[in-house]
Amino acid sequence: MGGAAEYPYPVVYGKENDVEADVLILGGGVAGCHAAVSAAKRGARVVVVDKGPVIRSGSGGAGVDHWHGACTNPCSTVSPEEMIEMTLYGDYLLHWEFGNGITSYILFKESYDALLDVEEWGVKVRDVDDEFKGAEFRDEKTKLMFAYDYDARHCIRVNGGAGIKVAYYNEMKRLGVQIHDFVTVTSLLTEGGRQGGRVIGATGVSVRTGEFYIFKAKATILTTGVTAGMWIFSTELNGAASSHGDPNDTADGTAMAWQAGVELTLMEKASPMPVSGGFAYPMYGTGNAHNTWYACTMVDANGKEIPWVDRDGRLLTTVSERYHDAPGQKAFFNGPDLPYEIRSPRLIPDLPERIKRGEYVLPLYADLPSMPPHERRAIWGLMVGHEGKSHIIYTTYGKAGFDPDKDMLQTNVMPPDRYFFYPYWNTMGPRQWREGPGGGGVFFDWDLKTNLEGLYVAGTAGYAGGNHAGSASTGRYAARKAVAYADTIEWLPVSREQIEREKARVYAPVTRSEGIGWKELRAGLARIMQDYCGEYKNEETLGMGLQWLDSIRESEAARAYARNPHELARVLECYSRLTAAEVILRASLERKASSKALGFNRLDYPQMDPPEWTKLVTLRLEEGEMKVGEHPVDYYLKAPYASSFEDNYREHCGP
Amino acid sequence: MYTEPQMVPNPPAPNQAIFIDAELCTGCNTCVDVCRTDVLLPNPETGRPPIVMYPDECWFGGCCVGHCPVPGAIRMEHPLNQRIGWKRRDTGEYFRIGMKNPPPPNTRPPVGYDPEQRMELCI
Repeated sequence: MGGAAEYPYPVVYGKENDVEADVLILGGGVAGCHAAVSAAKRGARVVVVDKGPVIRSGSGGAGVDHWHGACTNPCSTVSPEEMIEMTLYGDYLLHWEFGNGITSYILFKESYDALLDVEEWGVKVRDVDDEFKGAEFRDEKTKLMFAYDYDARHCIRVNGGAGIKVAYYNEMKRLGVQIHDFVTVTSLLTEGGRQGGRVIGATGVSVRTGEFYIFKAKATILTTGVTAGMWIFSTELNGAASSHGDPNDTADGTAMAWQAGVELTLMEKASPMPVSGGFAYPMYGTGNAHNTWYACTMVDANGKEIPWVDRDGRLLTTVSERYHDAPGQKAFFNGPDLPYEIRSPRLIPDLPERIKRGEYVLPLYADLPSMPPHERRAIWGLMVGHEGKSHIIYTTYGKAGFDPDKDMLQTNVMPPDRYFFYPYWNTMGPRQWREGPGGGGVFFDWDLKTNLEGLYVAGTAGYAGGNHAGSASTGRYAARKAVAYADTIEWLPVSREQIEREKARVYAPVTRSEGIGWKELRAGLARIMQDYCGEYKNEETLGMGLQWLDSIRESEAARAYARNPHELARVLECYSRLTAAEVILRASLERKASSKALGFNRLDYPQMDPPEWTKLVTLRLEEGEMKVGEHPVDYYLKAPYASSFEDNYREHCGP
Repeated sequence: MYTEPQMVPNPPAPNQAIFIDAELCTGCNTCVDVCRTDVLLPNPETGRPPIVMYPDECWFGGCCVGHCPVPGAIRMEHPLNQRIGWKRRDTGEYFRIGMKNPPPPNTRPPVGYDPEQRMELCI
């Protein structure tokens, strides 16, 4: 495209739309949609707002292939109590001692129920076509299919998961949920416009027409996902796919929660599995042995097979053994560096050394043709085919002639040490921290309520949030609590002064004709994060980072322009990122110790995980001043709560 | 044809995340409304293919391809730096996405695919 084209939508900056909801849901991803359906079924008037199209939006919007934590399914050999015991302190999402017991336990209690929900709404879950009849991972009676651990059977394969958001969307429409697509939420409305006051709604701007939205709500659920894409920004290499997760995870939720006075925690945490921004390959799109590709045979350039071992280092001689617990093991999970108790079979851990010695010759290949037919088809066809963004991989590679019955997909070539970690497609380049789930975020209680009245949280917007199933489970749980709360309270008037203040803020960029565009601003913010809050940091760098952010806020950010509503939304994202960057830097300053579990290296406090720092540090704003607090990591089992998960769940889970 | 030099800005990369076949496209704009990052804009001329305005914001999720009611009207191409290859186990031949003379396509659909419910499943 050369030159400017006529803008196709009518632009009406500032035009106000008033919307009322018993339950307002900010973000229409998996958590938001599951919450919406649950709330609507309980008779609530539900409104969902999303910056993208709800039919496809959210981190899980492009699909799901395996459903975690479904341990209440009839074939599982592990109970929620056993799952929480095994995973919380050495979580398969690598939260280690900083995991969250509330959302983990909700996952284990409700994951299978949430899966039955989506099955009822039209998602194919079981092997009803009998394509896998006789497969080791299939239960003949229920036709459920399992991933990873074929003994414990706590993770279920979903053979129609590529269309899951469409099923959510149709069910919401059927129940009369009001959906606002392509509206970006910009702030939370609070009682009297006061920081820390009860949340009574939110404001939004259409990313197409620029219209303004005033959402009034009795209860609000924040389901805005993780804060991603903070460290690297380049669209030049592979567009928005340089962000591993959802490019709409733009820190808006973090920023609006912060401004409203919500307590945030673990914002200093980095992702356990950093990806390499634009340097990565397409997700699920290169030869691999783990994650969605578990447990594919790998060979080197000469066809020499790379051995698998169990947790004790015992060589596994058959493919089948890779899917079974070690002697005496209750269950396993798949991840690069899990504790012994729950460690899965894996490729020999000294593979990097053996590559360096010349024992295996790069490149490696995923030897699908040698896999047993059911396993091959489950990897390439079920898992790759339904997992997020993998359907287009499956069809594109197929059209180009890739045939899993004959072809071995290449693994991208990397420095040998990188082959210890996986998935391999994340490759080796500058680190994009905190891309996936499991980062810091909103602090909450057993009701999934934040410190603000009227505001609940679900999915990965809460700290240590999980996966597709975790988002669905916490969405349905938060909805029960939000509906119960909405039933008990009266409407409160919205502060006109807060509306005017927000309108002045959000429309400023369209009044500017020069300055910088959103891309340059975002890349500049990413540079600050890389330099001053990167893999290693100290008091000095973090302080300088804050100084830079302050300076950018009053200079370049105050001159950022938007030439249409699309660009306006992108500039507003940068403003959210500016706020989130400040919170991350401040949180990093407050943690005066290094931590392996948090991926957190303080050069001035090098001691790793000193016991006195095994705690949650929280930050929030009160009358514009930052307040620092702390909680024990297991606050959810301490007073005022009961000391067991089961008792807390029973008391709080709602009808 | 670019035989006459033009003064134009550099193209954004990826140059063109998706390709729309103007002959097949009905201009229904379904792809515009399922794109997660609002990459496409409707053509000001009704019935004409949408404009791929922001290819640099494409997530390569393929939702536009999956929801298009006309098979083959939209093709997604991962950028060159995102392409990988494979080796045929028996012959050792090496193929790759985007090669000049590719092997015949493998049209086997993924598990659970129901052609009758294509739109319903969006695959």
